[in-house]
Amino acid sequence: MLRRVPPSLRRGLLSSASTHYGGAQILNSSHSPSKSLLPQWRRRASVASTSAPPPPRPPSPPRGPSRSGGGGPTVSSLNPAEVAKFAAIAETWWDASGPFKPLHLMNPTRLSFIRSTLCRHFRRDPYSSKPLEGLKVIDVGCGGGILSEPLARMGATVTAIDAVEKNIKIASIHAASDPTTASIEYCCTTAEALVKEKRLFDAVISLEVIEHVANPLEFCESLSALTVPNGATVVSTINRSMRAYATAIVAAEYILRWLPRGTHEWSKLVTPEELSLMLQKASISVEEMAGFVYNPLSGHVIVLGPLEGTRGRAGIRIGGGTPTLKYTRWQAIF
Amino acid sequence: MLSRRRCFTAAANRIRPLARAFCDAPAPRADAAPGGAPGSQDRTQEVGGVKAAPDVLDVAIVGGGMVGLAVACALSNMPLTKHLRVAIIDSNPALKSRNHLTKNSIPDSRVSTVTPATISFFKDIGAWEHVQQQRHAFFGKMQVWDYTGLGYTRYNARDVGKEYLGCVVENKVLCNSLLLRFQEELDDIESVIYPTRLVSLTFPSISKQAGMKPTSSEPLSAGHATEELHRSNLVKLDLSDGRTLYSKLVIGADGSKSNVRQIAGIKTTGWNYPQSAIICTVEHVVENDCAWQRFLPSGPIALLPIGNNFSNIVWTMSPEESLRHKSMSPEEFVKSVNHALDFGYGPHPRSSALDHYMEKFFSGIGNTAASTKECFEVPPKATGVVSERMAFPLSLMHSHDYVSKRLALVGDAAHTVHPLAGQGVNLGFGDAAALAKVIAEGVSVGSDVGDLTLLQRYEKDRKAANVAMAAVLDGFQKMYSVDFGPLNVVRAAAFHGAQYISPLKRNIISYAMGDTKWPIFS
Repeated sequence: MLRRVPPSLRRGLLSSASTHYGGAQILNSSHSPSKSLLPQWRRRASVASTSAPPPPRPPSPPRGPSRSGGGGPTVSSLNPAEVAKFAAIAETWWDASGPFKPLHLMNPTRLSFIRSTLCRHFRRDPYSSKPLEGLKVIDVGCGGGILSEPLARMGATVTAIDAVEKNIKIASIHAASDPTTASIEYCCTTAEALVKEKRLFDAVISLEVIEHVANPLEFCESLSALTVPNGATVVSTINRSMRAYATAIVAAEYILRWLPRGTHEWSKLVTPEELSLMLQKASISVEEMAGFVYNPLSGHVIVLGPLEGTRGRAGIRIGGGTPTLKYTRWQAIF
Repeated sequence: MLSRRRCFTAAANRIRPLARAFCDAPAPRADAAPGGAPGSQDRTQEVGGVKAAPDVLDVAIVGGGMVGLAVACALSNMPLTKHLRVAIIDSNPALKSRNHLTKNSIPDSRVSTVTPATISFFKDIGAWEHVQQQRHAFFGKMQVWDYTGLGYTRYNARDVGKEYLGCVVENKVLCNSLLLRFQEELDDIESVIYPTRLVSLTFPSISKQAGMKPTSSEPLSAGHATEELHRSNLVKLDLSDGRTLYSKLVIGADGSKSNVRQIAGIKTTGWNYPQSAIICTVEHVVENDCAWQRFLPSGPIALLPIGNNFSNIVWTMSPEESLRHKSMSPEEFVKSVNHALDFGYGPHPRSSALDHYMEKFFSGIGNTAASTKECFEVPPKATGVVSERMAFPLSLMHSHDYVSKRLALVGDAAHTVHPLAGQGVNLGFGDAAALAKVIAEGVSVGSDVGDLTLLQRYEKDRKAANVAMAAVLDGFQKMYSVDFGPLNVVRAAAFHGAQYISPLKRNIISYAMGDTKWPIFS
């Protein structure tokens, strides 16, 4: 089911990212003990594409009872408390040194990852200034649009949805000031609602959202249902590791106070294997995975390709040596 | 369920026609012969403007000097940035030149010593072949000494395995080559160059910079023209010919007295040196193939080969002296130059037995540099001064910030240094290369080219390197401006060290050539 990415591609990913941060050092296991006090964000992004047999779409995602949600825009996999949390800080979306600073700092790195993987997947020219021209892309959980706007500038026809109405307002006001991004279709809705409308997209992107939804599996199924056959799905989230706890929760929320306390809940974080299994259940085959580390002190975001993971204990493989699992091994070493 | 969905597509649709007009065409002005004028007409019609729609740009470069043109050229040369709508605003008539300059005329006195790092940048952007078809002079040797006669240093390109240390090129040749290259990339260069001056610059208001506040007065619902909304987020440039441009990014390449920097309110640090530099072209009987620099009590004098038996003089001295040297007769001036480059102020340096041991000692560490055994030479005599003599005051200036929202400063607008090692313009070209690269990276990840966090990467990249070079050159200037016994000995030791310690010598050469970023062993 899982397809492995040729090492050359992964290396390509690594090197392409490191050119953006030429001075950055790849942190490896030998460094980490001495730097264990540095708050670091541990992130993971995975790109997956639906495999040849298209997933059962319209009549699909099994809905939980949580969907009923009385008032507000809350539907199915949404968690009302999480929605309220983000509404409170919505105005600061475009303040690069505000609560969303980590996202602003990560943005170039994750965008270059998305760009290069989508270019490979859809066979686009990576040297084009608008490589995503003609692709219908949806940004699920767009927030203030800090991902949607760059995607639109890369040429994509972007639909961006968020459950927080305030976010959508801010995002549309911000996007309207630039003709290139003014074409973004912002909607205050949910992935589930769009599935009901039978909307389909070439690429479905949902970054840093899955850890905030009530039912991650249902959410994955909705993402799958929104993706055209042979389309691409990109999901990213914070790993549930001790390092992520130390950085994303303790450092970012309590020490540096970039984020309001309680933005992330430890128990809701998703590990790469869990995500991988959920995506498989949702008929998405995982094709590429990469780790991100953000070091707030140096300000560098580093992409850690899964290839790196084989270095320490290459021999140990669980479940047939998928990139995911090798990556897990490596995380454990890290 | 559907009724609860709140869509903002209506707003988006209103904006769409404009988006198409401005953005969809991949290369609105550059490509497709009829693209220029009719395109702009369409724009006017589609936005239904009352007045003629002013041009909306991605990058407006204020100042079409060497560095400004280099940025434009680099942007037009990269696949990711060639679609950007660029304008160069400069009233200099030299920007109308579209031909190679003849090699037979007398060289201009304004020249630059370009380092191998700059040469490779020019090769990358395709401009070097134009330089090669015009007058330029490579030099592979350099001799530095001072008036006390206590020491000298000779550098040779072979010390670092290169064919040359640098190349002396007239500034007008550099500008012309960049223009010619720029023209190759664009069919319609006239529409990119605005032969006019900048009158005023208006940056987007603070509230826009800090991020959008969802106040009720926001134009989305207020029914403002979308066109106006788009422009309110851009920098407005009013030009002296009455035209108005709007740009996502303004690049200040308008020299050390940068108007752009002053309007943006960016502060600078620096001081004037109590020195002026005299520049002119002199003639020799034989061809000069070496760069010469001698430190005199008043400041350094440099003799740089420019080809065809001509050399360029850069002579630093007190402002009063410079006035005197500017007004004296040509014969007297030539005499004064020859005096300064030979026996004036002190004897010729010689090597001593100590040097021999030092060389022996350090040859054990690495290979002895080729030039270590070279003896002191006397520079060729000037036989006549063939250009007018120009004098200009020297200063060190460094801008506190190189960037702000929708603004970047490059070259002399961001920093000026002492000309004693000919590094000023090379730092400027380094800025141009770094800024173009950062813009390309921004385009690749879909950033707004005027985004502050993006531009800060350029600042981070260049500031440290520029400050280091400014400090090194300032140190040199200070060290050589004092005639004091013990300091003279230290200087002599430095000369001997640089001459006989091969690793040190190689490091100095690499730094001066722009190959290494830091002046220490790296």
